[in-house]
Amino acid sequence: MTTLDLTPRVDASPRGRAGDTVALVGRCLRRSTRQLDTLLLAVMLPVMLLLMFVYVFGGALDAGMDYVDFVVPGIILLTAGYGAATTAVDVATDVEGGLMDRFRSMPIRATGVVTGHVVASMARNAVSTALVIGVGLLIGFDAHASALEWLGAIGLIALYVAAMTWIAVAIGIVASGPEAASGFSFAILFIPYVSSAFVPVDTMPSVLSAIAAWNPVTPVADTLRALLLGTSVDGSTVAAALAWCVGLLVVARVASGLLFRRRR
Amino acid sequence: MITIRGLRKAYGDHAVLDGLDLDVAQGEVVALLGPNGAGKTTTVRILSTLLAPDEGTVTVAGHDVVRDPARVRAAISLTGQFAAVDSLLTGEENLHLMARLAHLSRAERRNRPAALLELFDLTDAARRPVKTYSGGMRRRLDLAVSLLSRPQVLVLDEPTTGLDPRSRNALWAVIEDAVAAGTTVLLTTQYLEEADRLADRVAVVDHGRVIASGTADELKRQVGAAQVELTTPTGVERVETDGSVPDVRRILADVERRGLVVERWQVRTPTLDDVFLTLTGQPVSQPAPQTTPTQPTLQETR
Repeated sequence: MTTLDLTPRVDASPRGRAGDTVALVGRCLRRSTRQLDTLLLAVMLPVMLLLMFVYVFGGALDAGMDYVDFVVPGIILLTAGYGAATTAVDVATDVEGGLMDRFRSMPIRATGVVTGHVVASMARNAVSTALVIGVGLLIGFDAHASALEWLGAIGLIALYVAAMTWIAVAIGIVASGPEAASGFSFAILFIPYVSSAFVPVDTMPSVLSAIAAWNPVTPVADTLRALLLGTSVDGSTVAAALAWCVGLLVVARVASGLLFRRRR
Repeated sequence: MITIRGLRKAYGDHAVLDGLDLDVAQGEVVALLGPNGAGKTTTVRILSTLLAPDEGTVTVAGHDVVRDPARVRAAISLTGQFAAVDSLLTGEENLHLMARLAHLSRAERRNRPAALLELFDLTDAARRPVKTYSGGMRRRLDLAVSLLSRPQVLVLDEPTTGLDPRSRNALWAVIEDAVAAGTTVLLTTQYLEEADRLADRVAVVDHGRVIASGTADELKRQVGAAQVELTTPTGVERVETDGSVPDVRRILADVERRGLVVERWQVRTPTLDDVFLTLTGQPVSQPAPQTTPTQPTLQETR
């Protein structure tokens, strides 16, 4: 029998440490590798959607350009939304299982637990986004981006994923359970449909096109498409894309921090 | 170590806690005993900084839970009603993660996980994902996590609910070791046996207040004396006794003199179940099928 010291520690520090977040990021990355089915779905689903849009719908759609060129940026955003939304399920699972309560009763960084989930989501999304772009290039996506535009596109995707993930975290904390949170992931999956992600906004009926024009995904999709195809885009569209992403990110991040420490 | 004064918490019109007072001295084990909905878990959640009180004060290790929650968190470990462990990680990985989050020294981070796995008989399962564990194993891992940080106050919310007797005994033994080392324990339970075995003091909670408090023996004395219970072909006869050998001998001699046919007999001391029935008119845990206080609900012979 190993001797085990059970003497109460009276000098435990009440302060969280940067190492808390590192440990919690490690936890979530490890979790991701243990859920191979979820990971596989998160990676395969976008690719299947891409193939379906290009080969099933693509022939019937007139987007004013090769449909594969039009739709790849849209699929990237759909992927990001889906990948981010699974975070809501992960967070809700922590809440339901009591693990979140344990973390909240420990003297750790308030943001550490959710940051762990966010970083893991970003990592998973990096893989699935790379795969979508790779398959897109294989089936004829005609990227004309310069190195700088690629960087800009990657930055914009990362920003969008981060915003969606933080929203998912907040939803995961307030959801009544993993099932409810998973409902949210489907909702977020549909947001890009009523935007310029898959079809030009002006082809929609007037009500829908008004909604689509205000859909945050629209400026993000337009900017991303322009960056990847090396075409021009309005400065106001870029500004709207950035403003939406940064705005949602900040609001959702602050909300998640408050929700984590809320005592209700 | 724990001071609770006039604690109130309501959800809408429903008062869950209605002026609860409680003191727990350093190194003491106090059990909150009560039925579902009595306010035990709410008390634990406020104490663990998970929930804000509406009124009243709670201090833990000298720190107010509302004004200084971080210091309270540094002093406590919470074991909630559900095993709060990560099912996708192995038992070992869970302990290593929590050891880092508990800010243990490098040496302790290395040694304590293995020692705790051994203590809780989980060494063989250490490298398996927790989702393959039985309920009892998860629960043991959960308590192992709570003991990692060597807390001053161990808060246990129904620690052995749903455990088999062997796991329950193992948990009790470890909790007793922690208490022997100076840990203060507040536990909630619906099991009278558990309160009786672990607690120095039992606080009976009903409708958000402590309605009685004392050692298990003190509470039992409130209910009445021990009885010699005689089962005859026509029914059960009870005779009060002080439990001493001469007194029991006298009662049995009396039985023989009367020529009473006794199928079996036992000396029965009041159980905490009887205490609860007397105090609240309701048995613990079951939503009150009408058991009369004269029929023992726990087969306990002393």
